[in-house]
Amino acid sequence: MSQGKRRSRGGIPSSADDVAGNGLLNRRALLGGGLAFASAASAATVTGAAAEPLKDAPWSLETGAVTPVLQTPSRFEKNVVRTLSNPNNEMRTSHARTPHHLLDGTVTPNSLHFTINHSGIPDIDPAQHKLVIHGMVKQPLVFTLDTLSRYPLVTRMAFLECGGNSGAMFSNEPVQATAQGLHGLVSNAEWTGVPLSILLDEAGVDRSAKWLIAEGADSLALHRSVPVKKAYEDALVAIYQNGERLMPGNGYPMRLLLPGYQGNMNVKFLRRIKVVNEPAMSYYEARTYSQILPGGKAYRFHFLQEVKSFITNPSFGQALKGPGYYGISGIAYSGNGRIAKVMVSADGGTSWAEAALQEPVLPKAFTRFRMPWRWDGQPVVLQSRASDDAGNTQPTRAEFVAVRGQTKKPVASANAFPNQHYNGPTSWGVASDGSIKHVYA
Amino acid sequence: MSMRNVLIATAAAVLALGAAYAAETPNLGQPIAEADVAAWDIAALPSGVGLPVGSGNAVEGAKVYAAKCAACHGDEGKGGPIVRAPLFGGPPLTEGIDVRKTIGNFWGHATTLFDFTRRAMPFNQPRTLTADEIYATTAYLLYLNKIIGENDVIDAKTLPQVKMPNRDNFIIRFPDKI
Ligand code: HEC
Repeated sequence: MSQGKRRSRGGIPSSADDVAGNGLLNRRALLGGGLAFASAASAATVTGAAAEPLKDAPWSLETGAVTPVLQTPSRFEKNVVRTLSNPNNEMRTSHARTPHHLLDGTVTPNSLHFTINHSGIPDIDPAQHKLVIHGMVKQPLVFTLDTLSRYPLVTRMAFLECGGNSGAMFSNEPVQATAQGLHGLVSNAEWTGVPLSILLDEAGVDRSAKWLIAEGADSLALHRSVPVKKAYEDALVAIYQNGERLMPGNGYPMRLLLPGYQGNMNVKFLRRIKVVNEPAMSYYEARTYSQILPGGKAYRFHFLQEVKSFITNPSFGQALKGPGYYGISGIAYSGNGRIAKVMVSADGGTSWAEAALQEPVLPKAFTRFRMPWRWDGQPVVLQSRASDDAGNTQPTRAEFVAVRGQTKKPVASANAFPNQHYNGPTSWGVASDGSIKHVYA
Repeated sequence: MSMRNVLIATAAAVLALGAAYAAETPNLGQPIAEADVAAWDIAALPSGVGLPVGSGNAVEGAKVYAAKCAACHGDEGKGGPIVRAPLFGGPPLTEGIDVRKTIGNFWGHATTLFDFTRRAMPFNQPRTLTADEIYATTAYLLYLNKIIGENDVIDAKTLPQVKMPNRDNFIIRFPDKI
C-alpha cells in the first residue's frame, strides 16, 4: 500500500494536493484548508455555459401549505424509502433496508431505520406490556414502560447491524445492487434507556450466572442468549429512539440494546429476561445466526459486528456528471469501539489516502468519512477500508474470502443470505461515462 | 485511545453510574412469584431445564403433524405451500458455505427443535400445542431426519440425550466475551 503517492493521467496535471492515485485530494481541503481546496479544484471545474438570469419561482409568490402535526419529507423525496423483501407480509421474514445511497450524516431517521421481523410487527399496547426479570435472582420483578420511564435514563449513539447484512457480498461474482441493497441492514440511532445492570441488580442477580435469555412479545417469542458480562458492560433496555418512542418495527415499546452486537440479539418487544447458567441454543442463535465455514464447521455466538465501512457517495445507482470535483463519503463503524481511521482508494487498492472523519467519533456508532476527489473522467475503482481503535482493520476481500469462503455460483439477488458477517470492503467501479458498477477489487 | 483504555474508561463510566445509582436505585419493579412467570417460562435448554412433563413418539407425531403442520410444511415434512424447504435432509456442510441448514445436517441440540415448536409453531397459532403434541412432533421430525427410531419415546429425560449429528462441529466465535 503506497500512501500519499502522487499520480496523474488523462491529461489533467497532478497537483500538489493529490494524495493518492486517480485524483484523491488532500483531506485538509475539508478541514478549513480553503486555499488548498481552491487551488486543487475550483478553477478547473468552472465549465459550460453561464447560468440563466434569476427570477422568482411560483412557490416564492404564494402562501405555503398547512403545517402538519407530524411532518414528512418533501414530495420530491418520495424515492428515499426503505426497500421491502416481503411487502405482502407472507408467512416468512420481512426485511426493510435503509437507503444509505440517498442519505448523509450519521443518524438514520426513524422512518428509514432498517427492520427485520420474523413474524410481522406486533401491535403492542404500552400500558399493558410487561418486562419480567426472573430465574437466578433473589426476587423476580416486573417492570412496565411507565416505571422504566422514571429511571435515570442513559442516552448514547449506537449502530445496529443484522448479522446477515451484506450477505450478497459472499457471492463469487459481484451482485449489482445499491448500498441499500447490499448493506441496508445496518442503521444508526440515538438510543435512550435504562442500564440493564441496574434492573439486574435490583432483582438481585446471582453473579455466578453466565447467561441471560432475552425474549420478545412477538408471536415467535423470539429469544436469544446474552452473556451476563455484556449486560454489565453497556446493555440498555431502550425506550426511546432518536428522541421519540421506539418505532413498532424496531421493538416498541422496549428493546434490548447491546451496542456492537449482532442485531438479532438486541431482542425487540422485550418481555422477559431469565437469568440462567447455560445458553438456550435458541433457533435463531443455534441455527439461523450460526455461520457455515469453508470445510463444514460453523461459527456459533458471533456476537460482534466487526469493523466495516462502505462508500455511499458515489455508489451504485448514481452516475457522475462528467469529470471534475466530487466529495466521496461513506460510513464506518465497529462493534469493538471507535473508528480510528478510514483509508480510501480510487485505484482499486493500489494507493490509499486517509479520509477526514466527521466529529464526534463515537464508539460502536456510525462515523461519516469524507474524501475530496477530482475525477479525470477515466475508469476508476473506489474503495474504503476502516480501522478501529482496538487495532482491527477491515480485511481485503481476498483475505476475507480465504477465511470465510464465497459461493460457487453467483448469488441471484441482494436479498439472498448465502452467509453472514461480511466485513470486507465494497468496491465501486466508475466507467468513463460516469456509470457505476459493483466490482470486486 | 487504545481498546484497553476504552474498556477501562467505559467500565469506569459504568461503575460511576452504577455507584451513583447503587446508593439509591428506583426499585420500581413489582415483585412477582416465580410460579406466576410459568406461562412465559417456555425456554427448553440443552440440559433439559425447562422441559415439561409429557412424552411422545414418531408414530403419534406423524398424526399430529398431518393435522397441524402439513398444511404449511407439506406431507411428511417434504415441503409445502408456505415453507417450501423440507424439514429433513440437506447436503453435507462441506459442500459449501451456503448449503441449506436442516435439523439433520446442522442443528446441534434436539432441545432447540422442541423449544422452537413449543414457542413458534404452528406459525399462525403459536403456543396452542399440548406438551405431548410437542414431544410427538419433535420425535417425528427427529425420525424423519433418521436421528431416532419410530418408536423411541421422547420426553424430558430422553430429549437432552439425543445426539444430533452436527453437535460437535461448532466453533465459539468469541469465547472471551462469555
Ligand atoms: C401456518 C403455517 C405453518 C404451520 C401450520 C406450521 N409451520 Fe412450521 N414454519 C412455518 C414458517 C413460516 C416457518 C419459518 C420460520 C422462520 O424461519 O422464521 C416455519 C419453521 C418451522 C421449523 C424450522 C425449520 C427449519 O429447518 O429451520 C420447524 C422445525 C417447524 N416450523 C415445525 C413445525 C411443526 C412441528 C408444526 C406443526 C406443529 C408447524 N411447523 C406448523 C409455518 C408453519
